[in-house]
Amino acid sequence: MRLERRTHTSTKLVLTAPVVAIFVSLSISGILIILAGVNPFLAYLEILKGAFGSKLAITETLTRACPLILTGLAASVAFKARLWNIGGEGQFYIGALVAAAIGNNLLIGIPILLAMVLVMISSMIAGAILLAGPAFLRLRFGIDEVVTTLLLNFIIILFVGLMIEGPLKDPFAFGWPQSVPVDRSLRFSDLIPSSRLHNGFLIAVFAALIIWTIITKTSFGLKARATGLSPKAAAFSGISLTKTIMIVALISGALAGLAGAIEVMGVTGYVTTTLSPGFGYAGIVVAMLAALHPGGVIISAVFIASIFIGADAMSRATGVPSFIADVIMSLSLLAMLIAIFFTNYRIKK
Amino acid sequence: MIEALEILTNASLWSAVLRIATPLIFGVLGALLCERAGVLNLAIEGIMTMGAMIGWLAVYLGADLWTGLAIAAASGAALGLLHAFLTVSLSLSQHVSGLGITLFASSLAYFVYRLVVTVGSLPPTIEPFQPIKIPLLSKLPFIGEIFFSQMGPTYLAIIAVLIMIYVLNRTPLGLAIRMTGENPHAVEAQGLNPIVIRIVAIVVGSALMALGGSFLTTAAFNSFFPEMVQGRGWICIALVIFASWQPGKAFFGAILFSFFDAYQLRLQHVVEDVPYQLFLMAPYVLSIIALILVSRRAKVPEALMAPYRRGER
Repeated sequence: MRLERRTHTSTKLVLTAPVVAIFVSLSISGILIILAGVNPFLAYLEILKGAFGSKLAITETLTRACPLILTGLAASVAFKARLWNIGGEGQFYIGALVAAAIGNNLLIGIPILLAMVLVMISSMIAGAILLAGPAFLRLRFGIDEVVTTLLLNFIIILFVGLMIEGPLKDPFAFGWPQSVPVDRSLRFSDLIPSSRLHNGFLIAVFAALIIWTIITKTSFGLKARATGLSPKAAAFSGISLTKTIMIVALISGALAGLAGAIEVMGVTGYVTTTLSPGFGYAGIVVAMLAALHPGGVIISAVFIASIFIGADAMSRATGVPSFIADVIMSLSLLAMLIAIFFTNYRIKK
Repeated sequence: MIEALEILTNASLWSAVLRIATPLIFGVLGALLCERAGVLNLAIEGIMTMGAMIGWLAVYLGADLWTGLAIAAASGAALGLLHAFLTVSLSLSQHVSGLGITLFASSLAYFVYRLVVTVGSLPPTIEPFQPIKIPLLSKLPFIGEIFFSQMGPTYLAIIAVLIMIYVLNRTPLGLAIRMTGENPHAVEAQGLNPIVIRIVAIVVGSALMALGGSFLTTAAFNSFFPEMVQGRGWICIALVIFASWQPGKAFFGAILFSFFDAYQLRLQHVVEDVPYQLFLMAPYVLSIIALILVSRRAKVPEALMAPYRRGER
């Protein structure tokens, strides 16, 4: 048995890849659900109901998907140029922290809409700077950015802990370690009344549109993709790798930072060290399931969000540990890797 | 200030250094073995988590401690086989595959743990490894407490370093592994199969990583809880680079690192008014600084992260 490169990869084949990957992931996870003593079909039905079964469920799923769209975009932009940004988690937190710091009382007197934009831009700058460091270390010293971005995640979460127990501690939180809140006027209003779904969701979708335009319609997008496909060929054709990768890093870090700002301005209003249930890491899976396509990111973010929201409800109903959601997500990633491989290769008898 | 220096003369600090270093030594040896054969193994964090959980679980369910370690190593080997299949057989991205397995192994470990221990209950404990006092030698002043009153797996880790140094540098097998990381085509030309060598290196390396994880739950602590590996895997990946891919240097890197860790832990009690998070940050900041310091002279295995396909150039 040998593997042979396909001469042509059809769009249909690429579109089936995530479907097959998710099917494989659900099948294997089903075995674990059986081990937990529950009928997997029943469990998946409960997940489906928990994620989409009511208006409240749907809005909760979309609320959860909002930061995932942005961290997913952050990963897909970076991965397209083969910049391995695994620091989405840290960039999310620094964005969230900056939003709380700036949005608390620094912007009083400025028109609300402008103030909101300023908060988001500040968070984006913070996220961008956080990734610019590892990108610089890679370009200047050849240090693998995977290791540095991963280590930075731990540093930033400790830093957030330090700030919310120190300078940014909310004095009215009865001693709970949480940050000062963003001003009420700077919070997103509800997209759907009496739900947690907020207008920040529209910004996330809009960001996907912008990123799609940048990647497919601009010369910079072409450079970024060329850099990812073959750095040598890109450099040979006159593309500055340093500049391209640096700009990609700034965009990617900014997106993850924006995710943090929007989560604070839209959902919680303040920062804790448990603000993110792994949005940065899940963003990597979101990007991979979407085959790095910005539009696909929206769909895969909603899928991943539905698994997590649904699994919580399912866990309460059946007793299967809710960690099954993490298992499904990570298996989808591994299955997707293999599925993408077979869109490029076929088995030759 | 004097108190901060006094800590250094305390044998219990240095004894703690070796204890804290043990999981790192196993992890860094495992990561190093994979990379010398040409494959980056970012599954390490997940493999250590799985090793920590399975090792603890086996003992909790009645196995003796060493059997628990063996089962942990086997779980690491199995996950290593998965990484080998994805990165060597299918030549997929070593970065993404490793991270994917880390996510998978950690979530599977947490899931299985939750099947046994329900939410809200206190983490059940086991009877962990006890220090083995080596007769006579452990009676030596200062040195006796540091080197000859450690737990079994710590001695095993030191033996593993010596074996790794010997095998990699002095045996034909070691030569073949190193050559596979430098130039797999040359290995093929010698009539050896670089694919098999890579798979074996990843499986053995991953088993070592899992041993490192299991030390956390069977020796350092006596229970398992989520997030307990705390980035130790990533620190090991940084240490491999810091050690220029040499097992001897990797051992000293792990010791140096653990020294800072043990020292900051004690310093926390002496130095007040400094937020404890700054101390906890130190290991990660140090890792990044170490990477910058050695980057200029790092001698990366030539074929690291370059997939190998037979008959393809």
